[in-house]
Amino acid sequence: MIEAVGLTKQYGNTMAVKDLSFSVEPGKVTGFLGPNGAGKSTTMRMILGLDNPTAGDVRIKGKHYRDLHHPLRTVGALLEARWVHPNRSARSHLRWMAKSNKLPASRVDEVLDIVGLTAVANKNAGGFSLGMSQRLGIAAALLGDPEVLLFDEPVNGLDPEGILWIRNFMHRLADEGRTVFVSSHLLSEMALTASELVVIGKGELIAQSSTEEFVARASENTVKVRSPRIGPLRDELLRLGVSARDEGEGLLVSGLDSEKIGEVAFEIGVPLHELSPQQGSLEQAFMQITGDAVEYHTGLDDAAKQPAAN
Amino acid sequence: MTLLAVERIKLFSTRSPWACIAIALVTALGFSALVVGTVPEDFEFGIGMTQVGIEFGLAIIMVLGALAITTEYRFNTIRTSFQAVPNRSSLLLAKTAVVSLVAAVVGLVAAFGAWGLGYLIDPGPHLALNTAADWRNVAGASLIFGLAAAIAVSVGVLIRHTAGATALVLLYSQVLEPMVQLIPNIGADIHQWMPFNVARNFLAGGAERPAAAAGGPPEPIAALSPWWSLAYFAAFAAVILTAALVTAKRRDA
Repeated sequence: MIEAVGLTKQYGNTMAVKDLSFSVEPGKVTGFLGPNGAGKSTTMRMILGLDNPTAGDVRIKGKHYRDLHHPLRTVGALLEARWVHPNRSARSHLRWMAKSNKLPASRVDEVLDIVGLTAVANKNAGGFSLGMSQRLGIAAALLGDPEVLLFDEPVNGLDPEGILWIRNFMHRLADEGRTVFVSSHLLSEMALTASELVVIGKGELIAQSSTEEFVARASENTVKVRSPRIGPLRDELLRLGVSARDEGEGLLVSGLDSEKIGEVAFEIGVPLHELSPQQGSLEQAFMQITGDAVEYHTGLDDAAKQPAAN
Repeated sequence: MTLLAVERIKLFSTRSPWACIAIALVTALGFSALVVGTVPEDFEFGIGMTQVGIEFGLAIIMVLGALAITTEYRFNTIRTSFQAVPNRSSLLLAKTAVVSLVAAVVGLVAAFGAWGLGYLIDPGPHLALNTAADWRNVAGASLIFGLAAAIAVSVGVLIRHTAGATALVLLYSQVLEPMVQLIPNIGADIHQWMPFNVARNFLAGGAERPAAAAGGPPEPIAALSPWWSLAYFAAFAAVILTAALVTAKRRDA
């Protein structure tokens, strides 16, 4: 549905997005995960034809955005809730959008009803709370009843009720068979919302896989080790080609399970105070994988590239 | 047609264009009435005198033109606009057309309003619309308003910031162009080719009666005939508009 190939965006000397390839399938919520400044918004803007890629290509249903006829009928997007004229009413904002893609005026009232803004439809959007603005943005995205929906950080700044509403809403859209692509730096949120993940860091693809796989892969590979003689153990692990880094007073070992680490410690006669496989939360997986450049050049990187390749 | 309707909804669904139109009409009519109403009894003046306020109206309409596009950049609705209509040139042309049309109507109302008000205050044959030049002086404001608004929209596209764009169009048309005359030796020669001076020449130039001598605003000095002046001003607008469209197309929104 959305297919990016070698997408690259350079601003002056800064590479915002570097050779990014991924695909987003219909009927699922796909999370677009990365820390702030990873290039998520830039990628979203390139998908929508707002920014021109320096190199590479991104297509929606096989077409460039600019070649879509009445694009709002194919792609709905919420990039930023505050992108409305503060002195224009919610209804007028939707009315001109509807008109531009030859959508019936009645559709405006329909989407206002869907997001629950009917009562304030004639109020100026400048007076809206963030939650209301967000709903207006979603109404705008839904206007053309599009098959593809893009949301950029939709839960940012929302209260728990608003977050729950958006989460359920996105599930519903995906269940209707639509392509839902939602970016976030909130990993716990993505774990609840997305079934597929496209993970980027520093503008580059880190992984594309299912959320479950992503978490499982990261947690399998991390074991926390504490020992009064941590030095020799670290050296031995590094000699075996296993990645280990200092964390607090212990070591965080990836690429070797706890049984093997225990055996290694036994062989070199190092006593262990702690040997605990780390429970994988998305945060940990994410931090580990995007944390620094060295980390994601270990075994994880190769594994990450496999699903992305097909 | 669809895009014209889109831009019409956008323009008239916020307050500022209405405010600009009201201020433009009030200042244009007010200044004209003030001048015509306060001239001494025995002073002889012509139609040009009723049109002195038009210049103020024009300045405010250019602010409207610049605002129509810079607010889109300021509030980022330009991105929503380009998302809805990826063909940026069509969209911006539609906006320019709508703003120009509104400006032309305002120009027409302001010019005839000012003339009518002058006639009411001081009726007489000196304010009668007899010659083609008389009609051009009044009705022509409509065309100048329309083209000036197109220039303001184009500058707005290029500059994107409200303060910068409005300051530029106002300073350029009201201060910079007249000041060129102060350059020794060559100032006057350059000034006769400056676009807004040429536009004034379309309105008030080529009159049989000496407007300045009759107490009207100083007659613009331009090398071109009135209708060539209009063509020159239109060409100036077209060049800036083209630059704006090309820039908007290339630039990241």
